[in-house]
Amino acid sequence: MTILLIYIAIFVAAYLIVRLVARGVAHATDFTSLKTVTFGDESAVTADRTASVVSVVAIFLIWGAFTGSVISPIHAPGPFVGDTSFTYTAEAEDGSRDDATVSVRVFEVGTEAEEPSIEPGDGFAKDDSAKVGAWRSVLIRVDKNDEIGRGEGAKVVAINGEPIAPGETVKLADGEVTLSTKGTPNFKPNQGWQMEPIWLPSPEAVWGRIVEIANTGYQNSTLLQHLGWSLFRVVAGFAAGALVGIPLGYAMGLSSWFRGWFDPIVEFMRPVPPLALIPLVIIWAGIGEVGKVILLFLAALWIMTIAARSGVSGVKISKVHAAYSLGASKWQILTQVIVPNSLPDIFTGARVAMGVCWGTVVAAELVAAEKGAGMMIMVASKFQLTDIVIMGIILIGIIGYGIDILMRMAERWLIPWKGRG
Amino acid sequence: MSGLIIDDISMRFELPDGNAVQALKNVSLDIKEGEIMAVLGPSGCGKTTLLNIVAGFLAPTEGNITLGGQVVRGPAAERGMVFQQGALFEWMNVRKNIGFGPRMKNTPKADIDKRVDELLGIVGLQDFGEKMIYELSGGMQQRVALARCLANEPEVILMDEPLGALDALTREKMQGLVLKLWKETGKTIILITHSVEEALLLGERLLVMAPRPGRIHKEYRLPFAEMGVNADLREVKTHPEFGPRREEILSMIWDMEEEIMGRTESAA
Ligand SMILES: Nc1ncnc2c1ncn2[C@@H]1O[C@H](COP(=O)(O)OP(=O)(O)OP(=O)(O)O)[C@@H](O)[C@H]1O
Ligand SMILES: [Mg+2]
Repeated sequence: MTILLIYIAIFVAAYLIVRLVARGVAHATDFTSLKTVTFGDESAVTADRTASVVSVVAIFLIWGAFTGSVISPIHAPGPFVGDTSFTYTAEAEDGSRDDATVSVRVFEVGTEAEEPSIEPGDGFAKDDSAKVGAWRSVLIRVDKNDEIGRGEGAKVVAINGEPIAPGETVKLADGEVTLSTKGTPNFKPNQGWQMEPIWLPSPEAVWGRIVEIANTGYQNSTLLQHLGWSLFRVVAGFAAGALVGIPLGYAMGLSSWFRGWFDPIVEFMRPVPPLALIPLVIIWAGIGEVGKVILLFLAALWIMTIAARSGVSGVKISKVHAAYSLGASKWQILTQVIVPNSLPDIFTGARVAMGVCWGTVVAAELVAAEKGAGMMIMVASKFQLTDIVIMGIILIGIIGYGIDILMRMAERWLIPWKGRG
Repeated sequence: MSGLIIDDISMRFELPDGNAVQALKNVSLDIKEGEIMAVLGPSGCGKTTLLNIVAGFLAPTEGNITLGGQVVRGPAAERGMVFQQGALFEWMNVRKNIGFGPRMKNTPKADIDKRVDELLGIVGLQDFGEKMIYELSGGMQQRVALARCLANEPEVILMDEPLGALDALTREKMQGLVLKLWKETGKTIILITHSVEEALLLGERLLVMAPRPGRIHKEYRLPFAEMGVNADLREVKTHPEFGPRREEILSMIWDMEEEIMGRTESAA
């Protein structure tokens, strides 16, 4: 919640600052900046690249601030680390009371720490010591060294002088103490606002993992092999889907019989998410490469079929008529008019299909695989290696984005007439 | 001898809701080789339908079309069509568009190039051969469409409002071009238009059609096209006969439009 508010605050602040700076240097020269109607004119709305940069920086700053990272100059308050103490009051059965001190050492998880050494002190309740990792909590059996312990009917009735009963909590300067139902104090040091690394590692920890895994590999394969296998499956499945789907879509666009025959199948399969097919494909083809490629083939097939079909139906009848009156044969109409006319639709479909395939391959690898980006994060999550999980997610996102950018570049290069017919 | 004979054509569209539209009823025409005929009429009177039948895109429910004694069945290269707009192939450049017809017939490349160069000159697009279609203005695109049609050497050229989307000035230039091409190539041309002035200027014969059912209402033989070949079109418009003719046809079409309106109003 707080993070959301901080994020909104950064959003607004960045907008105001950039506007302020921009006003100083703006020259109203390009066409868009001369438009007076911009609200509602979609063509006047382009992505503000400054905003994009600030947006990415803001995400890393917030990430860094809440993980105590070096990349962020300011940090959210971290968890309490160091020595602290509190007193407890024990009451014996006869009503006599005695105070004793508990010294606790809170250490960073992953470092060595020893319990602070203390003198037992006087009275029937003796002083205790304990250690606990940051973000963790510890049950302190304070009575185990007392002269009158729980077995003899003594119980803890106050912490730092504040009365307490089982189930209740007393706040301290560096943490809080809750009395368990059996009457044992449970000390929990202050957690601060930062995230614990096993929930969210810092950016540099993730980067460190990327470098480490790129060099030494993970689960018997290098990073490139993992990603390469995922990509290979996508390309193979997509290619197979396009190879079958495009001719099928053309046939459906050109022949009533084909359209009638395949319409029910295509319309039925279209809303079935590829993920729902994973179990069936595993049953039929096992968890090997064949099963994965079949799954991706099915994911791409319907998308490409529908794209090719709508590409054919999208051809303006006047273009077909013109070609016929210029003496073109049916085959020439197909190759010279229908195919080029459908390319923009097919490319749009290919972009969607590549995106779906990439998502599906990761999901399939999460279920079962020996190599691959999804398998990497699945195995890592079992060992609570959150940094590898996040690394995997980032790499999957980057590759998916990269695929889309490549497809868009290819589109601009191969079909410059798109949308200008 | 390749005259175009439209012999007692009727066209009925059966609508999915069970009704039918009589788009054309008993239309007969005899168009000589080398004639240019303009077709006028209120919207929905079946002009496009008639042209589509002549082009061979539609089969009439009754009657038939013969060109040079041959019955027309389906589209063919002998009847070229120039559409209003959007019928050019935007994935090809101007040269490829113009050379499309000859290329479909496997004409040798050198011949195609020569022909395309010639046509680019005729329509005044010498410097635009390598441009893509979407880089041209609307008027230039229509010139490409005209050149593409001519490259194919059709016997009859059919035009459905070819200049409808152009501004007045470009339109006037294109009208001059159409007349020039008509005279130079000696092609038979049928041209649909919504502009009475254009019909008067370009129509050696002028056909006025009436709606519901679509039929020939009146036919004129006019001298203005012949005049326009050699004279400025604006001069032709000042000819003493031009104004009265225009008023006559305009009021004729107005009357028809009003009748349609009245009929739909009383029906409502
Ligand atoms: N495919 C079709 N199905 C049903 N009715 C049609 C079809 N094509 C045309 N019509 C009908 O036939 C009549 C004539 O249409 P047509 O397009 O030939 O008119 P038009 O004279 O070209 O009109 P405009 O000047 O507006 O282009 C209209 O009433 C139209 O509704
Ligand atoms: Mg029409």
